[in-house]
Amino acid sequence: MSTIQSRFRVQYQQFLLDTELEFPDEGVTVVFGRSGSGKTTFLRCLAGLERSPTGYLKFGDHVWQDASHNLFVPVHHRPIGMVFQEARLFPHLTVRDNLNYGYRRIAPEHRKITFNQVADLMDLHPLLDRRPQKLSGGEQQRVAIGRALLTSPQLLLMDEPLANLDAQRKQDILPFLIRLRREMKLPIVYVTHSLGEVLQLVDTLILLQEGKSVASGSASEVLSRLDLAGKTGPSTLGSVLTTTVADHESEYGLTRVQYRDQSLYIPEQPLAVGSSLRVHLLAQDISITLGKPETPTSVLNRLPATVLEIGPTDSRGSSVNLKLDVGEPILATITRKSLAHLKLKPGMQVYATVKAVRMVHEIEEY
Amino acid sequence: MDASIMDWQPIWITLKLAATTVSVLLLIGTPVAWWLAHTPSRARVWVEAVVALPLVLPPTVLGFYLLIALGANGVIGGPFQSMTGASLAFSFAGLVIASTLYSFPFVVQPLQGAFEASGKTYLEAAWSLRASKWDAFLSVASPMAVRGYLTAIVLGFAHTLGEFGVVLMVGGNIPGKTKVVSIAIYDHVESLEYSQAHWLSGGLLLFSFAVLVMVYAFNRRLPVHVS
Repeated sequence: MSTIQSRFRVQYQQFLLDTELEFPDEGVTVVFGRSGSGKTTFLRCLAGLERSPTGYLKFGDHVWQDASHNLFVPVHHRPIGMVFQEARLFPHLTVRDNLNYGYRRIAPEHRKITFNQVADLMDLHPLLDRRPQKLSGGEQQRVAIGRALLTSPQLLLMDEPLANLDAQRKQDILPFLIRLRREMKLPIVYVTHSLGEVLQLVDTLILLQEGKSVASGSASEVLSRLDLAGKTGPSTLGSVLTTTVADHESEYGLTRVQYRDQSLYIPEQPLAVGSSLRVHLLAQDISITLGKPETPTSVLNRLPATVLEIGPTDSRGSSVNLKLDVGEPILATITRKSLAHLKLKPGMQVYATVKAVRMVHEIEEY
Repeated sequence: MDASIMDWQPIWITLKLAATTVSVLLLIGTPVAWWLAHTPSRARVWVEAVVALPLVLPPTVLGFYLLIALGANGVIGGPFQSMTGASLAFSFAGLVIASTLYSFPFVVQPLQGAFEASGKTYLEAAWSLRASKWDAFLSVASPMAVRGYLTAIVLGFAHTLGEFGVVLMVGGNIPGKTKVVSIAIYDHVESLEYSQAHWLSGGLLLFSFAVLVMVYAFNRRLPVHVS
């Protein structure tokens, strides 16, 4: 598998970014961290807007930076698209001219996407003759994404593109990002301080803290690591499952989704059978039962599970986190009393009862 | 009154001087303003102070040093004379050099302000869209600084029209060569030719006013507002 290899060390007065990371150059890589964690600096190093004096960066087979050979490919020679937190649309140009700015600057034989394709994908046709100042924040970001796509980038870098938008605008933009991930074979590195908004997108997750990488790997792996519990914020503690829509039971208002050989019932979704859907199992929504599966119960979602790991117990707190294997690793939060009562041990076969399955886009900001 | 008594030669020289000065200033002032707007260097404050000097110095001080520098033995005039055989002091070329220095802050400061206002953020966006530094300067920074350029051109032009002290000291008062309107008016008043003085003064007043009105009206209608 082809990867992005990077090593950056950037020092400011009060801040040091010091990372060595390798991640796949496909799918969506989310770089997550609180403000001051160095995530934006990391992205700017990838773009070439920041130059780490001792840095190294290799994208697939192409070395973009190698300080030991004094090699540094300048920003405008890197096949990247960049979307900034503020859209940074050129105020002296119309939307159409903004979109064409990068498009005109690449050789026709390198154009892999047409103006109309991008305008369709991002729904930009009604905006083309307007000035950026006359657009809403969400519209501006759509234009900015379209403008970046029109350079036919091989890597799309996004720096908190939703951060300046209110909750409603976020919901307006997310479908476009999901569409982008689905329809373009384009690796994306996405920086955010709010994991909730990108759970629908994330494939690989990198966690930065105070300029250092504390975890990186596939999202379901990282999110279900007990030692990181709490670092990603309470609303994300748990795990993300990529499922496929199996069928609809309209008379009950339910949709059945599958992952591996397991099924889950969720509220009916307006999605075609076979389409892919990310669901989020919050640790606090998972409980454990030992009973036989034949016992009648009102609970629909009961998954056979193996206890993998028991998190540290805090004598002051009443709860403890467990890591379970339900085909994918997931987390469950139960009380310490239940842990003692059920005599749970790693390796035990139990059932994970899912009280609620959340669609990823339902997750609130925390 | 009879318009034929109007003195056209000083008017022509004045306009030629102002236009030449502004052209030279844009060529030199743009890179200086760009550097001042973007440099992290500590030398910046020193350069800013030097640029602003003509704002506070009496024109006679500037004129005095320029006269020495442009003279046959001066640091500029000496080499110029040995190369071309002509003198810089009391010549039109000397006047252009003097006016350029004298009007320098009036061009550099508005440009610097405009470049600072648009900042680096839009340039970064342009670079990420495959524009080289030079391309980004021409296609993004310059059009976004259009108000700054307009202000710089008008102020540079108007300030050159209005100079007196420096021109008198460096250019002397040679009819057809270095005699500009402001000096012609002074001459007319000295010799009590008030009607000629009226024509020139009134003309300069109306011209300046008309230019400023046009600029302000045009400025309002420009699409780019960078705050």
